[in-house]
Amino acid sequence: MSVQDYIRERFFPHIWCPGCGHGTVLNNLVRAVETLGLDKNEIVMVSGIGCSSRIAGYLDFHTLHTLHGRALAFATGVKLSRPELNVIVPMGDGDALAIGGNHFIHAARRNINITAIVMNNRIYGMTGGQFSPLSGEATTATTAPFGTIDPDFDTVALATAAGASYVARTTTYHVQEIRKRIAEAIVHPGFAVVEVMSQCPTYFGRKNKQGDAVEMLRRYKEGTVPLDKQPADPEKIPRGVFVQRERPEYCKRYEHLVQAAMTDGAALT
Amino acid sequence: MTAKTTKFVQGNEACVEGALYAGLDFFAGYPITPSTEIMELLARRLPANGGKFIQMEDEIASMCAVIGASLTGRKVLTATSGPGFSLKQEALGFAVMAEIPCVIVNVQRGGPSTGNPTHVAQGDVNQARWGTHGDHAIVALTASNHQDVFAMTVEAFNIAETYRTPVILLLDEVVGHMRERLTVPEAGAIPLVERLRTSVRKGVDYHPYLPRDDGRLPMSDFGGVHRYNVTGLFHDMWGFPSDNPGVVHGLIRHLMDKIENNAHRLAHYKTYHLQDAETVLISYGSAARSALHVTENLRARGERIGLMELQTLWPFPAEQVARECGHAKQVVVVEMNTGHMCQMVRAALGPPARVFLANRMDGVLITPTDIKAHLRLIAGRGV
Amino acid sequence: MKPKHPTVICINTDWCKGCGICAAFCPKQVLVMNQRDKAEVVAAENCIACKQCEQRCPDLAIQVIKSPAKEEKEAS
Repeated sequence: MSVQDYIRERFFPHIWCPGCGHGTVLNNLVRAVETLGLDKNEIVMVSGIGCSSRIAGYLDFHTLHTLHGRALAFATGVKLSRPELNVIVPMGDGDALAIGGNHFIHAARRNINITAIVMNNRIYGMTGGQFSPLSGEATTATTAPFGTIDPDFDTVALATAAGASYVARTTTYHVQEIRKRIAEAIVHPGFAVVEVMSQCPTYFGRKNKQGDAVEMLRRYKEGTVPLDKQPADPEKIPRGVFVQRERPEYCKRYEHLVQAAMTDGAALT
Repeated sequence: MTAKTTKFVQGNEACVEGALYAGLDFFAGYPITPSTEIMELLARRLPANGGKFIQMEDEIASMCAVIGASLTGRKVLTATSGPGFSLKQEALGFAVMAEIPCVIVNVQRGGPSTGNPTHVAQGDVNQARWGTHGDHAIVALTASNHQDVFAMTVEAFNIAETYRTPVILLLDEVVGHMRERLTVPEAGAIPLVERLRTSVRKGVDYHPYLPRDDGRLPMSDFGGVHRYNVTGLFHDMWGFPSDNPGVVHGLIRHLMDKIENNAHRLAHYKTYHLQDAETVLISYGSAARSALHVTENLRARGERIGLMELQTLWPFPAEQVARECGHAKQVVVVEMNTGHMCQMVRAALGPPARVFLANRMDGVLITPTDIKAHLRLIAGRGV
Repeated sequence: MKPKHPTVICINTDWCKGCGICAAFCPKQVLVMNQRDKAEVVAAENCIACKQCEQRCPDLAIQVIKSPAKEEKEAS
C-alpha cells in the first residue's frame, strides 16, 4: 500500500499553512502505519480541537474529532470498550497539556494502551498565535506582546513522571525518526507518548523571528541532538526514546478484574 | 430467563437495576453526592457481568469516555449531580451534535455551585434543557418512586438507542436515597430497543449521517467495516465538517425535528383523578409524592382535585398538559425550584389560564402541608 | 553513466503549497522552487532516491518512484 491508500484524498490539499510541520507528521504517521501493516479497520484515531486535530479527518481510519483537550478521555472510552483496536491520539501542545493536561497525566497513570502524539508547535495556531504551556519564557505571542512570563512544561519529563511507559521526542526535520518512534509507540503495550516538535512558521516563526519553515527546520537540525550525544552538548534539546518500560496495562488489568469479579459470588448480589 | 425479584432498595439502586435490565455494559463516572451509589453499585455489578466500568479523572472525562464507548456499540451510562452536570455540558452537546446514544443521570441537589450537596432540589430542569450551548433538542425523564425510576431508566436507554440522542434522567436526592420496594420484572417483560445498525455491506458507500425517512440513522460500530468521521462540527452525511449554510440549517432542523416531531411518543406522564378535577396539580420527582398525597387526601374529603405527574420533562409535553388541564379552573405546579415547569405550563395553557406555583427550595422536601398551605392561599383563605 | 531508467519524481502541484522544504534539504539539488512557488524537478538525473523530499513534504505532494535497477539493488 502507498501513502495515498491511507488518506482521504478528496480533502486535499489540506487546510494547514504552507510549511506547517503538522503535514509532515501526517505524512510519517501514515508511513508508520504502513510499516506495521495494520488493517485500517483496526485503527481508531481520536483527536481534539486545533490545527493538529484536523489530522484525523484526513486519514482513512475510524476517526473521532472531539472537543478541545478531551481526545484522550474519549479515546479511553473507545480503548477500554474495544481493547483490540489500535487507538492513536494526535494532539497539539495546548490541546494535550493545557486544557487536556488532566486527561494526559491520568491516561499516563493508568498506562492504557493508547498512542499519544503531541505535535508541539509551541503556539495556538487555529486561534491566531497565542502562547501555550509549551511556548516557554520570553517567547512572543499575540497574548504575550511583551514576551511570556510563563515557564513551559517538558513534555517528556511530564509524561515520564505521570507513568507513561514509552516516551520519545523527535522533530519534523528528523522524519525517519518520526516514522520509527510512532511505529514503536503503536506497538508498545502501554501508554506511549511521542512528542514531535513541529514548526508553525505562520505564527510562532513570524512572531519570534525564527524565519520560514526551512529556517525553522534548520533550527531543529542544529538545536537538537540524539539522547546519547547530549552530555557532550547540554545546550541542545535531546531527541530519542527516553522511556521504554514494562508496566501493567490498564485494559489487561481490567480483564483480570473481570475474571476475579465473575468468580466472586458475592459480586453478583 | 431471569425470574422476577423483589428488593428493598435506594432509588439510585433502582436506577442501576433498570440500567442493567436495559443492557448497560459501559459506565464511566466520577464520585459526587448524591449520585455516588450508582457508580459504587456498578463498580461491583458491571465487571461481574462482563461489562466495563471506569472511574475517570473528572466529570468531563466521564462524559467523553461514555461517548467513545457508545461509538464502539455499547449501551452507556454516566451518573452525576449538579456541579458534575455543569461540567458535562460541553460533551453532552457533542453527543447531541454527533448523535451518540447515551444516558446521563443527574441526581439533583441544591445549587448553584456546590450548593446543598446532601439535600433535595429540582433546580436543574432548565439546565437539562438548555445547559449546553446552541440550538438543540433534548430528552429528559424523571420519576417519583422506585418502580418508576426503574421503568424510566429502561425507557431512557430505549429512547437513546432509538433516536441516537443523549437522554437525561433527572432524579433528585430524595428519590435517590429513599428506600422502598422495587420489583425487577423478569427478562423480556419490558421490550428493549437495540440500536439500528446499518445493513450497508463492506465496500459500499455508507452515509452515517443520512437519516432514513423516519429520521433514524443506522449506525456502524467503530472497529467495523465502515470507516467514517465523527465530529462536533456541523457535518455532511458522511460526517465530514461542513459550513455550507444548507448543511448547517438541515442538520439543526434534523436534530430538533427528530425529537420534537416525536414528542407525543416521548411524552410519559401519569394522571390521578383528572376527569372532573377543578384543581389540577402538576408535579414530578419526589415533589409528586407529596402532591399525590394531597390529591388523595383532599379527594377523600370530596374536593375536586387531581394530579398530573410528569415523567417526561423535555420535550415538554405541552399538548398533553393542555388536554389534561384544559377543563381545570386552576392549575398548581408543585416543584422544588423557582418554577421551571410552571413557566412551561403557563405557556402551554395560555391566557386566561390560572396557573400557580407551589414550591419550596430550601433543601427540604416539599410536604403535603406545604402544598395545602399554597392551596389555601390561592383560594384566598389565608395560610 | 546515467541509469537506463532514472528515478521518477512526481510533484502534485495542486497540493504543493510552495514551502520550499524539499528543495532546501535535497542533498543533490534536484529540486527548485519555480516562479509559481511550486516545487519543480530540474536535475532528475542527480536524484539518489533518498526520499527525504517525499517524507518531509508537509503537503504529501511529492512521490519518488525509484528506477527498477535501484529497487533491485536494494532488495538484494
